[in-house]
Amino acid sequence: MGRYVVQRLGQMVPVVIGTTFLIYALVWSLPGDPFAAKCGDRPCPQNYIDRMTAEYNLDDPLPLAYLQYMGNLLTGDFGQTFSGASIADELLQRYPTTLQLTVLAILVEVVIGVAAGVLAGTRRGGFLDNLVLVSTLVVVSIPVFVLGLLAQITFGVRLGWFPVTSDGTLFSLVLPAIVLGSLSLAFVARLVRANLVENLRTDYVRTAIAKGLTRQRVIGVHTLRNSLIPVVTFVGADFGGLLGGAVVVEGIFNIPGVGNMIFRGINAHEGATVTAAVTVLVLVFLIVNLLVDLLYAVIDPRIRHA
Amino acid sequence: MHSPVAPDQIVPSAAHVPGRPPGRAGGQRGRRRGGGHRAAVPRSLAGDAWRDLRRSPVFLVSAAIILVLVAMAAVPGLFTSADPRACDLANSRLPPSGSAWFGYDLQGCDMYARTVHGARASILVGVLTTLGIALVGSVVGMFAGYHGGRVDALLSRLTDMFFAVPMLLGAIIVLATFPSTVGTPAWQTIGKVVMALGVLGWTTVARLMRSTVIQVKQADYVQAARGLGAGTSRILLRHILPNAVAPVVVYSTIILGVFVVLEATLSFLGIGLQAPVISWGIAISEARAYLRQSPHMLLFPGAFLSVTVLAFIMLGDAVRDAFDPRLR
Repeated sequence: MGRYVVQRLGQMVPVVIGTTFLIYALVWSLPGDPFAAKCGDRPCPQNYIDRMTAEYNLDDPLPLAYLQYMGNLLTGDFGQTFSGASIADELLQRYPTTLQLTVLAILVEVVIGVAAGVLAGTRRGGFLDNLVLVSTLVVVSIPVFVLGLLAQITFGVRLGWFPVTSDGTLFSLVLPAIVLGSLSLAFVARLVRANLVENLRTDYVRTAIAKGLTRQRVIGVHTLRNSLIPVVTFVGADFGGLLGGAVVVEGIFNIPGVGNMIFRGINAHEGATVTAAVTVLVLVFLIVNLLVDLLYAVIDPRIRHA
Repeated sequence: MHSPVAPDQIVPSAAHVPGRPPGRAGGQRGRRRGGGHRAAVPRSLAGDAWRDLRRSPVFLVSAAIILVLVAMAAVPGLFTSADPRACDLANSRLPPSGSAWFGYDLQGCDMYARTVHGARASILVGVLTTLGIALVGSVVGMFAGYHGGRVDALLSRLTDMFFAVPMLLGAIIVLATFPSTVGTPAWQTIGKVVMALGVLGWTTVARLMRSTVIQVKQADYVQAARGLGAGTSRILLRHILPNAVAPVVVYSTIILGVFVVLEATLSFLGIGLQAPVISWGIAISEARAYLRQSPHMLLFPGAFLSVTVLAFIMLGDAVRDAFDPRLR
């Protein structure tokens, strides 16, 4: 286990360096004027150009400038917004909301997704199975922003069950979390169903049934644990999609999180703010993926000894 | 069950080939045609898949929808005679009626005409991006898998770096750096979105290609070709590629729908396609402020978008089933 963790951390370092370099190079050092898109519809004022040039060391050669930028990131300095506020402060203020939203979305997708998958997988070919298959297909094909707008108008405005926009309470995050998690929910349900159907045919399940174990124990303990391994992988890999979806959902429901900051930054053409916030989300995604890999070793003993 | 494939073969065509009986393996070059096997004409994996596909209702339905959409993208005049850019502010946000089936949008343009014309941007972005990532990913994956060693290590780490950036977030970074404005020509705006999605989209294709090439390159016929003195490019293009391409074809079909969604999402965010281009994403973003009063502005472009995505997902499912020997 210890060796595995060290090994994974070792693989992680070059990826983080490469990814942040990729983003830095994309934003600041591609041919052309890096300030063409950073200040809204007008050209950037000279003092802003001077400030950003100093801040991002744009006069230095690329590798050196990148190293200084990484140093800044590591010490928590993410630069300033166009109006001069610290991006780090704003991120710190907004991050808990985005965290709540994504954790809620993951809860929605895992709890409902696994339940639907088990219902469908244990009644293969039945009514519930077909219902799950068809409804997941429909959910998958409706893009998150369309679903968000539909949910907002239906459950928020028409029926009044949920707040239309965020008022800061956890309850107001429930509808956005369902919307955000819906796509992954459908994938989780299909994944669990497929794995369950496959695993129910294995020898060890037949043995468990032959031993006289109850159906609940056979499915809940013996089969489900094995069927959940791919789900953990999926949730980890999908976390990046969730963060991308958070930009859309926080924009629609006006939730004051990091995604909303990006959404507003895009509309105000504040390139520097957008890229700084997105970089943070990408870093979070990398860390979460590492954690998922470690979690993987906890669930699947075969990996622990590898 | 009409194909003699062992059940333990997992990757569609890669492992499929060595398992072929001699008559079929030789038949690849047409030399042992009619050598006493069931069919006079040898069947390839693609041929088998095509036979399966023609009988699959899911494939037929999704292919029909996609054909209509492609026709809509290529010749929108077939579906509507109204000019999507002839707008009358007096008609602003009028609901659907006999003269305008889908109603009017904010600028008083005919929603039906605009929805029909919106297919072009979605299909164009989806197809171009998919072609781009299939090409780049295949080349990278083939080189990494075929050469192995240091080339492989370098290319694989490079792939990892691009893979680590979530696609929507990465595309936002690219497009925030190269924004389009109302004055940007349409092909440039579309090109930027294709680039933004393509820059990060090729990694899965590269990984798929690499792993199948590693399997295929050990096959006897590749060794034979090398023994006969075939050059690297000939071995790669004539012997390895045709036998390693199936997983990429399957993935490309599925990912096309994802690219359509991502384009619409970026356009909705206001960072993808821009005003002179007609796009479902832009139409939906315009509808956002008037949801309560004019839901038709959301419903029609939203429905077209969803049906398009659904069609590509169903097509991808059908193609995957057809190419997967485990299901035969």
